[in-house]
Amino acid sequence: MITIQGKGVSTGIGMGPLYFYRRTKAEIKTYTVTDTEAEWQRFKDAQTTAIEQLGVLADKAREEAGDEAAMLFETHQMMAEDLDYEEAIQALIQEEARNAESAVADTAAQFAEMFASMDDAYMQGRAADVKDVSQRILNILMGVVQGGINSEVPVLLAADDLAPSETIQLDKSKILGFITSYGSGSSHTAILARTMGIPAIVGLGDALDPIYEGRLVVVDGSTGTVIIEPTDEIFADFVSKREEQLRQRALLEQLKGEENITKDGKTIRVYCNIGSPEDVHAVQVNDGGGIGLFRSEFLYLNSSTYPTEDEQFEAYKSVLTQMNGKEVIIRTCDIGADKQIDYFELPKEENPAMGMRALRISLSRPGFFRTQLRALYRASAYGNLGIMFPMVTSVWEVREVKRLIEDVKHDLREEGIPYSDHVEIGIMIETPAAAVLSDRLAKEVDFFSCGTNDLTQYTLACDRQNNDLGRFYDPHHLSVVRLLKMVVENAHKNGVWVGICGELGADLEMTETFLAIGVDELSVSPRAVLPLRNKIRSIDTTETSPAILASIDSDESPKF
Amino acid sequence: MKSFEYTIKDPTGIHARPAGMLSREGKKYKSAITVIKNGKSANILRLMALMGLGVKCGETVTVTVEGEDEDTAFEGIKAFFEANL
Repeated sequence: MITIQGKGVSTGIGMGPLYFYRRTKAEIKTYTVTDTEAEWQRFKDAQTTAIEQLGVLADKAREEAGDEAAMLFETHQMMAEDLDYEEAIQALIQEEARNAESAVADTAAQFAEMFASMDDAYMQGRAADVKDVSQRILNILMGVVQGGINSEVPVLLAADDLAPSETIQLDKSKILGFITSYGSGSSHTAILARTMGIPAIVGLGDALDPIYEGRLVVVDGSTGTVIIEPTDEIFADFVSKREEQLRQRALLEQLKGEENITKDGKTIRVYCNIGSPEDVHAVQVNDGGGIGLFRSEFLYLNSSTYPTEDEQFEAYKSVLTQMNGKEVIIRTCDIGADKQIDYFELPKEENPAMGMRALRISLSRPGFFRTQLRALYRASAYGNLGIMFPMVTSVWEVREVKRLIEDVKHDLREEGIPYSDHVEIGIMIETPAAAVLSDRLAKEVDFFSCGTNDLTQYTLACDRQNNDLGRFYDPHHLSVVRLLKMVVENAHKNGVWVGICGELGADLEMTETFLAIGVDELSVSPRAVLPLRNKIRSIDTTETSPAILASIDSDESPKF
Repeated sequence: MKSFEYTIKDPTGIHARPAGMLSREGKKYKSAITVIKNGKSANILRLMALMGLGVKCGETVTVTVEGEDEDTAFEGIKAFFEANL
């Protein structure tokens, strides 16, 4: 048994024989031709065929993966008939009497180099498009037919990486999953796999060795693990994991597109918590209604220096675009002395949970905070953005944040950079102070998001990392429930909505309580969306709420 | 020759798709239509050269129109920029 680790970019369990994608590489010869006109015509014919093929692929892509995938091939079509590209090839053939293959190969390299040297990641990516289009013309010129899957049974398809034109031409009924040495979460293989609902693992590097061809392999797309020739025990484990996944899918099929509505017609929004742009896929698969908490810490943790405005902007924009108009609430940096980041140069603290953290750092380092706010507002033009601020205790903090936001918006206007005027501003309610002052805070913001993990820890004076506290740390403690009820009442009086983004949101024992006190939104991990929807749909609040509300307000302790 | 200046408002700048649309628009006219950024220029019929300018949101370009139908082309292209870029 051999285990290799990559990066999972499409979830799912796959098991089957490993099959390496066969890529026919014909050697490109350079020689002199005598009839340059005939050679030019040979290129023109190949170019026409390529454009026709790309038209067919565009239609196929539109059917399989939507307009965006189709546009890629339409761009390829335009590249194939680009005048500069064509003229460069023409010059090599007619003036230097070069054969069409070498003229295409040289011109492709030249244009790919132009794109690769641009200072824009998107444009650099176009170098691969030029190469892909040119390879198509070369294949036509040389009569090369690209390798499909020559196998009777479905396989786990392995490759160094797959070009979009390669993946789209594959016989999808033969593929159980993709595993590649290179590639990323945004590569076409990953997108296709997610559309097809099969696992994909990228970035396996040299560990993915062709000597494993034909061997039995199991893969887990959520962890990025690939196991070659698993033991019986591991194999059985994967079989049961897959069964669980199938059950989850059956639930999804049943509940997908359904409302989060109680039997008596009360609705509550169910959003997702995510920690990086790659998690958006899980939100979509599990039918999350939006993103209630996008933690921005990954930007800081995955970096050896402060992330630039552009880096942040790209990450936020990617999530907003992928969510396609659904609400995305991004929480500003929530770093503290408990999460050590060298370049922040935070002094050591005796008690980091109560120290210089989250919004306190942001407000103490205006330059740093401003960069994040600018990136957020720039990204706001690409979707439905909400911004929330962690660790608020006082009204003045919120007012200071709003002043900084106005400054940032003013600058963007001056610079002619677009941003949305409909960004919702919210704060986390995670300190008892914020809960107690929620009537005043509600006058400052559009929404509250209750971080129940910290709210519980601060209210009960129980360190949640300390396992010895056992029964003293009660996540259902009445004091916290009362605070939440008060927060919701104060919010609703002021037209402010309230969400829960802590772990308590997904706690199915609490759903009736949240419905009773009138919480508007629950933000949970993507996997918890459907079980929660299931639970909500089973509740009749006319039966459950009165007793719950009476017991919250009662001064009598229940007898155990 | 007629020309106008334009600041790109499309958040993605002149990327593949708008560049392709612009090239298609340019085919409607006989005039030579050129986009200039920082002294680098590209005829709008030439997709890759146009993308090669790397025009981003917020950047200002000069667009020149020259040829027998330059009045109509000028109006048409200007309207196209305003509507799409």
